[in-house]
Amino acid sequence: MAEPSVPTAPSPPVAGPGDASVPPTAAQTDGADGARTGPETGAGQILAAVPGHVTPDGLPKLTRRRDDAILGGVAGGVADHLHVPVLWVRTTFVLLALTGAGVLAYALLWIFVPQRARSAQEPPAPASSLERQQAIGIAAVGVALLIAATALGLGPGLSWVLVPLGLAAVGGAFIWREADDARRARWRRTAAGIVGPSKSSLWRLIGGCVLVIGGLAVFALGQLDFNAVRSALIAVLLTLVGVAIITIPWWLRLVRDLGDERRGRVQERERAEIAAHLHDSVLQTLALIQRQPGDAREVQRLARSQERQLRTWLYGPAGYASAGEAQARPVSTLAVALSEAAGEVEDTYAIAVTPVIVGDVPMDQHLAALVAAAREAMVNAAKHAGVQEVSVYAEVEDGTASVFVRDRGSGFDPAAVGVDRRGLADSIRGRMERHGGTATVRSTPGEGTEIELSVSVSSGADSAADSAADSAADSAADSAQWSADQARQSAEGAPGQPSGQRFGQPSGQYPGRLDDPSREPADADAGPVGGTVQAHAETKGASR
Amino acid sequence: MSHPVNHPVRVFLVDDHALFRAGVKAELAGLEDDRIEVAGEAGSVGEAVVRITSNPPDVVLLDVHMPDGGGRAVLEQVHAALPDVVFLALSVSDAAEDVIAVIRAGARGYVTKTISGRELADAVVRVSAGDAVFSPRLAGFVLDAFSDRNGPVAVTDPELDMLSPREREVLKLLARGYAYKEIAAQLFISIKTVETHVSSVLRKTQKSNRYELSRWATDRRLV
Repeated sequence: MAEPSVPTAPSPPVAGPGDASVPPTAAQTDGADGARTGPETGAGQILAAVPGHVTPDGLPKLTRRRDDAILGGVAGGVADHLHVPVLWVRTTFVLLALTGAGVLAYALLWIFVPQRARSAQEPPAPASSLERQQAIGIAAVGVALLIAATALGLGPGLSWVLVPLGLAAVGGAFIWREADDARRARWRRTAAGIVGPSKSSLWRLIGGCVLVIGGLAVFALGQLDFNAVRSALIAVLLTLVGVAIITIPWWLRLVRDLGDERRGRVQERERAEIAAHLHDSVLQTLALIQRQPGDAREVQRLARSQERQLRTWLYGPAGYASAGEAQARPVSTLAVALSEAAGEVEDTYAIAVTPVIVGDVPMDQHLAALVAAAREAMVNAAKHAGVQEVSVYAEVEDGTASVFVRDRGSGFDPAAVGVDRRGLADSIRGRMERHGGTATVRSTPGEGTEIELSVSVSSGADSAADSAADSAADSAADSAQWSADQARQSAEGAPGQPSGQRFGQPSGQYPGRLDDPSREPADADAGPVGGTVQAHAETKGASR
Repeated sequence: MSHPVNHPVRVFLVDDHALFRAGVKAELAGLEDDRIEVAGEAGSVGEAVVRITSNPPDVVLLDVHMPDGGGRAVLEQVHAALPDVVFLALSVSDAAEDVIAVIRAGARGYVTKTISGRELADAVVRVSAGDAVFSPRLAGFVLDAFSDRNGPVAVTDPELDMLSPREREVLKLLARGYAYKEIAAQLFISIKTVETHVSSVLRKTQKSNRYELSRWATDRRLV
C-alpha cells in the first residue's frame, strides 16, 4: 500500500507479439538444460530447475504456463506435467468441449491451478507461430464440428442455447486471461485491480465484457417465447451471473496475494526485530568481551549480564517466546522489581545473584522499601562476604512479603557492628521499620550471613503517584554507591545532585526529603569496589 | 539404586554441543574425583537411546534442549525400559516449563549449566544414590505450583496434590540456598529425613495432576 502509484505497465499479454522482442539469454538456456520436457513442447518452453517446481516423483508440478500459452496455459501445463505433447492435450480439450465438459474442466483448471512463478532469469518467451497456428486450427475444427452438429438436426432450439453461451464463454476466457497476467502490485493498489492496464489489455477487457454480456443477453432474448417479465428477470439474473463469472479470477487471486503478502510482511518484521535485538545486545557484548579478554572478572560480568537480558527477552513475561497475550509492558510487581535489583547488583559487583521468587504482588511503597532494603543486603554481601554467589529468596504468603538474602561468606557478629556502619542500621533495618516491617540478621563468623526482611502486604491500593515518589526518594538514598547507570534515577529523585559526588563521597547529602535518615550513603568505603563501578559505567556507556 | 563405595558412578553425557560435552568431561576429569567416571557420550536423541540401551550407565547427564524432542524424548524412550538408569537434567534454561517437563518425564534432578564442576560431581553422586537434586529455582517452581494462590484448587488425590507442612519447610529452605546439612540443622532433623522429604516432593511433582504442573509438561514444545 505504501508504494507510490506508478503508471502500471503490466507485462504484455501472454504469447502476444510484444514478447518476441525479448531474446532468450544464455543463462536461461544454461539453467534449463535437462529440464526440458520434450521437443514437442516448443522452443521457448523452459522449466526452471528449482526443486520446488518438481514433485517427489520427479514430475514437474502442475502449474499453468505463463509463456507460450494460447488461452490460459492450462493445456501446456498439463502437457508439461504429464510429459505428453501439448497438441494431444489441446485436441482432447476441444473434443471434450463439444460435450461441454471440456469447457468446464478447462475453466476449473484455470481457476485453481496456479500460474507458474516467473523465475528471475526467465524472460517471457514467445509461443512459436507454428504452435499458435496449430492451436487456432484445432479451435477452428472444434467450432466447425459444433456448427455442423447444430446444423445436422440437433435442432434450432439447441443452437439458440449454444451460440450465445459460446460467445459468453469466449468473452469470459478473454477476461480471465487478462487477469492472469496482472501483477501483484496492481492488486495492492486497488481492491478491484482494474486500474491502469495497458491499452490493448483494456480493449481486450472491454471486448470480453461485451461478449459475455452480449452472449447472455442474446440467450435471454432467445427465450422471448415466454412472457416479457419473466425473460427480463432472467436477463437480469443472467447478467449478475455473468458479472460474478467475470470477477471470479480477480477475487481468487486478490485473496491469495493478500494472504501471501501479509505473511511475508509479518515474517520480515519478525526477522528485523530479532536482528535488531541481537545487534544491540549480543553483538555489542561480544565486541566488548573481545576488547578486554584478559579481565576475567569483567568478561564474566558481561557474560552474566548479557545472559540475563537475553533470557528476559526470550522467556520473560513480556518476552519474545512467551504467548502473544503478554506482549505489553510488564506491570510493576515485586518479582519484577526484585529481579531488576538483583540484576543491578550482579552487574555492578560482578557476582552471581540468583533470585527465586514464589508468588507475586503489585508494587506499593512498602514493597519498594522492601526491595531497596533487599538490594542493600545484596550489596553488603557482595562487598563484604567475599563470595561469588548470593542467594535471594522471596515469597508472598498469608499477606506478608518476605525476602531472604543469604551468602556463605565470611559472616560477622551482628552485635559487634560499628556504629559507623550505617548500611545495616539505616538502609536495611531503619527502612524496614519505617514501613512497618522487620529485618532479622543471622550471621556466624565463617559460615555466612542471612538477612530476613518482611513487610505486610497492604490490601488497599496506595496512590500510584505517591508510591512512585517514595520509591524514587528511597532509591536516591542508595544511589550514591551505585553505578553511573543510576544517575538518571537519582537525578529525578533529587534534582540538583551533582553526579560527580557519586563515588567515595562520605557526606553525599541530598537536598530535600529531610524525613529520610537513610538518605546518607550507607557505606563510605569506595576502594576497589568504587573502581569497579567506574569501569562498569564506562563499558555501559560504550555499549549503548 | 545405591552403589557400593568402591564402584565409581558411571556417567553418560547427552548434549548436542560437542564443545560442551568436552568441557564437562574435562571438568569432571580435572576434579580427580574417584567417585565418578565418564562412561560415554552422545550428541543426538537417537544416538543417546541406542548407546544408553546397549550399555546402561548409572547416571545420564541429559541436555534439555536438543533437536528431535530434546532430553524429554530420551527420557520417554529409555526410562520405562531401564528404570535403574538415573537421569539428571542439565540445561542453560531455567524456565519453569523446561524444568517441570523433564522432572515429570522422570529426571531425578535438574541443574543449570553454570554449575561448578565440584557441585555437578556432588549432584551426580547424590542422584546415583537415589536422592533428588533440587536447585533453589526448582524448589521455587514447585512451591509455586503447589500453592493455592489463585484460590482453592480441586484436589483429586490429597496424597499427591498437596505438600505436607514439613515438605514445604524443607523446600523453602532449599529455595533459600540451604544445603541438606544446613536444612537438617535448621529443622532439627537428620540429613536422611531431609532426603526423604525431598524425594517425596519429587515424586509428587512427577505424579501430581495439579494443573500448574501438567500444563508445563504438556503444553510446551521443547526444541
